[in-house]
Amino acid sequence: MKHLLSINDLGAEGIDEVCRLADHFTEVSQRPIPKVPALRGKTVAMLFYEDSTRTRLSFEVAARRLSADVMGFSVSASSVNKGESVRDTVATVSALGPDAIVVRHRSAGVPQQTAAWTHASVINAGDGWHEHPTQALLDCYTIRDRLGSVAGRRIVIVGDIKHSRVARSCVMAFTALGAKVTLVAPPTLLPPEVGSWPVDISFSLDAVLSDCDVVYGLRVQKERQSDALLPSLREYTAQWGLTAARAARLHPDALVMHPGPVNRGVEIAPEVLDQPNATLNEQVRHGVAVRMAVLYLLLAADPDLRPEGAGA
Amino acid sequence: MEAEDIKRATWRMAHEIIERNHGLEGVVLVGLQTGGVWLAEDIAIALNEIEGVEPPLGTLDVAFHRDDIGLRPLLPEAPTKIPFNLDGQAVVIVDDVLYTGRTIRAALDALNSYGRPRTVQLAVMVDRGHRELPIRPDFVGKNLPTRRDEMVDAHRDGIDLGEIVK
Amino acid sequence: MSTVIKGGLVIDQTGERNGDVVVEDGRVVAVGPDLSGDEVLDASGCVVAPGFVDIHAHLRQPGAEEAETIETGSWAAVRGGYSAVVAMPNTNPPIDCAAVVQEVLALGRPAPCDVYTSGAITVGRKGEQLAPMAEMAALGVRLFTDDGNGVQEAGLMRRAMEYAAGLGVVLAQHCEVDSLAAGGHMHEGEWSSRLGIPGVPAEAEELMVMRDIALSRFTGAPIHFQHLSTRGSIAMVRAAREAGLEVTAEAATHHFTLTDEACASYDPVFKVNPPLRPADDRDAVREGLSDGAVDAIATDHAPHSPDTKEMPFDQAPPGMLGLETALALALTELNLPLAEVVGLLSWQPAAIAGLKGVHGAPIAPGGPANLCVFDPNETWTVDPDALASRSRNTPYAGRQVRGRVRHTIVGGNPVLVDQEMRP
Repeated sequence: MKHLLSINDLGAEGIDEVCRLADHFTEVSQRPIPKVPALRGKTVAMLFYEDSTRTRLSFEVAARRLSADVMGFSVSASSVNKGESVRDTVATVSALGPDAIVVRHRSAGVPQQTAAWTHASVINAGDGWHEHPTQALLDCYTIRDRLGSVAGRRIVIVGDIKHSRVARSCVMAFTALGAKVTLVAPPTLLPPEVGSWPVDISFSLDAVLSDCDVVYGLRVQKERQSDALLPSLREYTAQWGLTAARAARLHPDALVMHPGPVNRGVEIAPEVLDQPNATLNEQVRHGVAVRMAVLYLLLAADPDLRPEGAGA
Repeated sequence: MEAEDIKRATWRMAHEIIERNHGLEGVVLVGLQTGGVWLAEDIAIALNEIEGVEPPLGTLDVAFHRDDIGLRPLLPEAPTKIPFNLDGQAVVIVDDVLYTGRTIRAALDALNSYGRPRTVQLAVMVDRGHRELPIRPDFVGKNLPTRRDEMVDAHRDGIDLGEIVK
Repeated sequence: MSTVIKGGLVIDQTGERNGDVVVEDGRVVAVGPDLSGDEVLDASGCVVAPGFVDIHAHLRQPGAEEAETIETGSWAAVRGGYSAVVAMPNTNPPIDCAAVVQEVLALGRPAPCDVYTSGAITVGRKGEQLAPMAEMAALGVRLFTDDGNGVQEAGLMRRAMEYAAGLGVVLAQHCEVDSLAAGGHMHEGEWSSRLGIPGVPAEAEELMVMRDIALSRFTGAPIHFQHLSTRGSIAMVRAAREAGLEVTAEAATHHFTLTDEACASYDPVFKVNPPLRPADDRDAVREGLSDGAVDAIATDHAPHSPDTKEMPFDQAPPGMLGLETALALALTELNLPLAEVVGLLSWQPAAIAGLKGVHGAPIAPGGPANLCVFDPNETWTVDPDALASRSRNTPYAGRQVRGRVRHTIVGGNPVLVDQEMRP
């Protein structure tokens, strides 16, 4: 595999592979010196056109723990603000010879376009409403870690599905692994033709709460009010927020997940976030191991590279 | 070599480890995934029976430390578990077959991440020659001259020698 | 100096016949067997048809000469078998007054094909105030449109239709309700859902088609619908015509060729407005062209320079090239008799643009010598670098198509001979 643009690039087998590899990197992260030389001499460029603290940091830590060099590309300080096109910027970054480019952009499809404009491996770190594959991978890893497997789990994703790249990647990943996914949102926050997605739909969180293994909350942007998609955040919280009262109706082992950053008190009540079945910090921690796995798979374990000679 | 010969060699190596280290004080075993793990387990059993002390036993997969990353698909095959600090310990790396020495070089590199051992020793069931690095075993089950195009596989039931199918 | 087109099958509105065609001094002088002339153009195996008329071309001049000029756009037209093109008014400045009309017509005079222009319905295409249609009509403008935008305000559209009817000109509508389409970059459906690209629903087009049919019934004024792309739109136009309303419609080549699935590549070359639709809508466009609900094939030729088009999908401007591939796509994709394809490209659009008798006319002695000669069976592969257009944004790169223009004669002059442009 050359690029990671979509969860579809991996399929169930690929997701399993990433999780299996992430187990090894979790062990690496627990060593007194949590660093391996696997990607020594490789360079990973960060091309983030959109603000991101956790994803960018997570990729940087992952790259460094693999001994790769990290080439930071700060959009505000770069020629992007002088009107340079994405294509020209990609050409410039590529000329510096990175082995991988991690791309985040507010427009769907930019990582796919980038892949056509560079020789480097391209990793999608979030493109518009489209996908955020490494988030879905770390979520799969977290569920697998907590519940043993993703297969057969009933996962409720609640919130602004329509504008969520996390939702798209998670739906693909969870269903690929055999989970049963239910999307819960007001109809204005569901994507068009959602009937073509391999999911169940419910408009009521209360109706599905007591019968699930995972509640996955998505961030609700304040501007959805001005877009006339929501009357108010207060109404959203009342209908679709994971309040303490709703959380109390969950199965005791059910997980509360969120990709972060969370609007405390909007999507999830603060006291619910502090419960032991809330996995937000684990998700962040697993993000490093999972991104190490992705970088390693793309840059070190390319199965197209054949051994020169076998032997013990 | 047959199963009995393997067992005798294992016990002999256990005695040599005790002799070299004047007992088992500070001795830990690290079996390399995947071929070295059974041998490390058997040596640990022998050490326990001889000395009445069960040495700490870890496993190590060296995939991330190899120097041929990028030359071939290199995925770790089995877990690394070293649940003890190596500072000041006498670490015995255990593997089934010693060949070019590159796996051992990777293992030495990996061990650095777990602390600073007092000494590192190497126990292998078979030394088949053809070293590419200045590495030599401290404890050997059997020296077995081979051609480069042969495959050697050592396990509890004996040693297999085969041609590489090209 | 006379030119004879030898050995072709002559197809026009009156029917089909084998024969040579002799052209002299801008007119057809003879049609029949074994004719001769000073210059001989071989038409064996070819169709000799009235030159094509594109009632929907963006020639980009004035304002975006880096993408296309009237000259380069006209050469693209000639390569596509067109003897006439109608320029769209969304230039910079827009074609919304006599001065700009005159400029465009002046730029078009030396062009290899006849360049007509449409005019804007409203000042600046802003949809606020009627443009001076009478002064533009006096310069020969017959088609008015705010193309690129629809006229949003129903009351304003009503007044525009009434005013235009008095001038004997036709309003052409780019049907798109902004409040539904705003922020959309492809068809809203399964693909946009999956790709995370904001969508434009079919209803954004259909609501305006519905409204303008009602206004046409109300005002009695004719209305022409541009680049219809949905099954619903075409069904409404079909019903309106059956009800006797003066409603005409065009379909763009890409809407009967491509579907929204193409956007999965995120290549903005597939971004167009109205957007590519699902297969069912594409099939409806084909049906409309076949049963007469749709009168004309238009290209919506919309050149964009590479640096404006090679952008993130949602930032790239919509539009794709069309002039040089329209005939081939019509022959390849539509399973229609040759005469019907020629009608959709020639006399039917000519009638909508008010060019009857000059373009799309029967090929007979005394008639205008605006002709197109094409081989309906030649297969070729679309190569962006081989196009005459100044831009390269064809969505058909590498596609194998059937049917190729061999010669184009405009005003009696062979401007394209054996696929070679003759300046």
